[in-house]
Amino acid sequence: MNTSITLPRRHNKLWDKIKRQKALILMSVPFVVHIIIFKYVPIWGWLMAFQNYWPGKGLFQQTWVGFENFRLLFKDVVFYQVLRNTLAMSIIKLVMGTVASIALALAINEVRAVKFKKTAQTISYLPHFISWVVAANLVRDALSTDGGIINQVLMSLRIIKEPIMFLGIPKMFWWIIGISHVWKEVGWGAIIYLAAIAGIDPALYEAAVIDGAGRLKQMWYITLPSIRPTISILLIMNMGYLMSSGFEQQYLLQNGRVIDYARVFAIYELDYGIKMMRYSFATAVGIFKSVVSLILVFAANQIAKRWGQEGLM
Amino acid sequence: MNRIHYKGLGDTIIDIVVYVSLIFLIIVTLYPFLNTLAVSFNDALDSSRGGIYLWPRKFSLYNYKSLLDRKQIFHASLVSVGRTVLSTLFCTFSTAMVAYTISRKDFVLRKLVSFIYVLTMYIDGGLVPTYFLIRSLGLTNNFWVYVLPGLVSAFNLIVVRTYINGLPDSLTESARVDGAGEFLIFWKIVLPLCKPVLATIALFVAVDNWNAWFDTFLYNSANAQLSTLQYELMKVLQSANTMTGSLLQALSRAAAGTSNTITPRAIRATMTVIVTVPIVIVYPFLQKYFVHGLTLGGVKE
Repeated sequence: MNTSITLPRRHNKLWDKIKRQKALILMSVPFVVHIIIFKYVPIWGWLMAFQNYWPGKGLFQQTWVGFENFRLLFKDVVFYQVLRNTLAMSIIKLVMGTVASIALALAINEVRAVKFKKTAQTISYLPHFISWVVAANLVRDALSTDGGIINQVLMSLRIIKEPIMFLGIPKMFWWIIGISHVWKEVGWGAIIYLAAIAGIDPALYEAAVIDGAGRLKQMWYITLPSIRPTISILLIMNMGYLMSSGFEQQYLLQNGRVIDYARVFAIYELDYGIKMMRYSFATAVGIFKSVVSLILVFAANQIAKRWGQEGLM
Repeated sequence: MNRIHYKGLGDTIIDIVVYVSLIFLIIVTLYPFLNTLAVSFNDALDSSRGGIYLWPRKFSLYNYKSLLDRKQIFHASLVSVGRTVLSTLFCTFSTAMVAYTISRKDFVLRKLVSFIYVLTMYIDGGLVPTYFLIRSLGLTNNFWVYVLPGLVSAFNLIVVRTYINGLPDSLTESARVDGAGEFLIFWKIVLPLCKPVLATIALFVAVDNWNAWFDTFLYNSANAQLSTLQYELMKVLQSANTMTGSLLQALSRAAAGTSNTITPRAIRATMTVIVTVPIVIVYPFLQKYFVHGLTLGGVKE
């Protein structure tokens, strides 16, 4: 390295490089401008949360109200309900989804008939690719009091005497969300655990067999401990998304009877913000959600990193 | 995998538990689809008496006929297909191009471009500011709102970049020595080599676009000409079991003069089938590529 390069020359060098890479710049910069417009400019709109925004006037002709919208938000009982619902459904989905996916991966791994194994796996992730609109239709039909399969089965097993209107029971809504999430995503979730299981050293199993371990013991003492790092990393990373418990699923399955248990942040923003033309309030809700999510994601990343360095040894 | 040595009773029990639970899973996964299919091909009035499980009892094509006769539904399917095709083409091409530039280690803006994209995975402007942005760009009641906002996503970009980084440098190096320009190298050499990863991306984008309804709801619900199939199905779902939706009313009016009847349940089932069939058709391709794509991010030499 020549240390005596003077500033103008270095500048020239950079300039030369830019000129030489004109094509690369032309190929990427328009898209950077695009992403800045669509992803960064809305952040600028956060200013609305500190105003009493009224459409038709420019962003700087609005009345400034300071933290008034946040004060209203933290005073609102519905906000605490929304927070409770969001966290509850996120945690239910995370725990049920993780357990079910691991169980499915273990089960598929135990199948030796190759064709059956492939068929089971193929069918298991089909629902991942359908929209929540379709899935919500299927869930509603299955739970319907008017010949829905769940009520039919429960009645023919004599567990219940008459059909239950599952989607009308507030306390049941979170669990319907959890179970329908598992139905839709269990196969997809299992893929990553199956990949982890495939990476386990076969010598471990051979040693276990010599020691007289049956398949259950192999599962418990070898397979599960071997995929523990994967499980932990995924759990921690998903902690970052606790504030986003989904929106479409709740929006499409809720109804007036259960709304107090179904309302999550996006529904709150829609019903208590946009539909009532309280744009500034809705923005404040969005900011609260984004900021808490951001903190959670970074905390999760930090934990995963620190943990990962020790755990992956 | 010949690690498993057959070991008597305990292992037999495991086999039984595994097979029974997997068969249970298969049934639970497939039944709702098959039941919906049966209902869609069954006479609507007959279905409302209940008892349709896996096979139609009174076979009828009237549900399909009445739905596909509606201009609204026909038009919505065109919009759905259009947005899916255009988004897939544009997204795949743009993602590949940007990914190529940031895979070039000597590119001056490599770090900056990567950073700007990666940061978008963590920040979110939120519903209202995004809505006002879209509106001020004139993209409300506009077809292009389906295609433009999601052109290049950070996740897809990283997947493609990782793939390009894994290609041997020698392939592009010789073209560069021959004096080929960057775009030509990208178009003639890198793009063809990226086929597997681009197929993955394309399928993800296509499925996402086909399945989307919220953008229609938020930005284009005032213009019936821009409605999508998923949004039409969503409206039917929202007015479930009541004949309040405009589509439901129109369909029951159409059926009134004939010997046919139409019910909300039959409409929902039929629309569900119409919306799901394309996904089932591309499913073998999805299968082939997505597991590959899912693990791509983690592949390191």
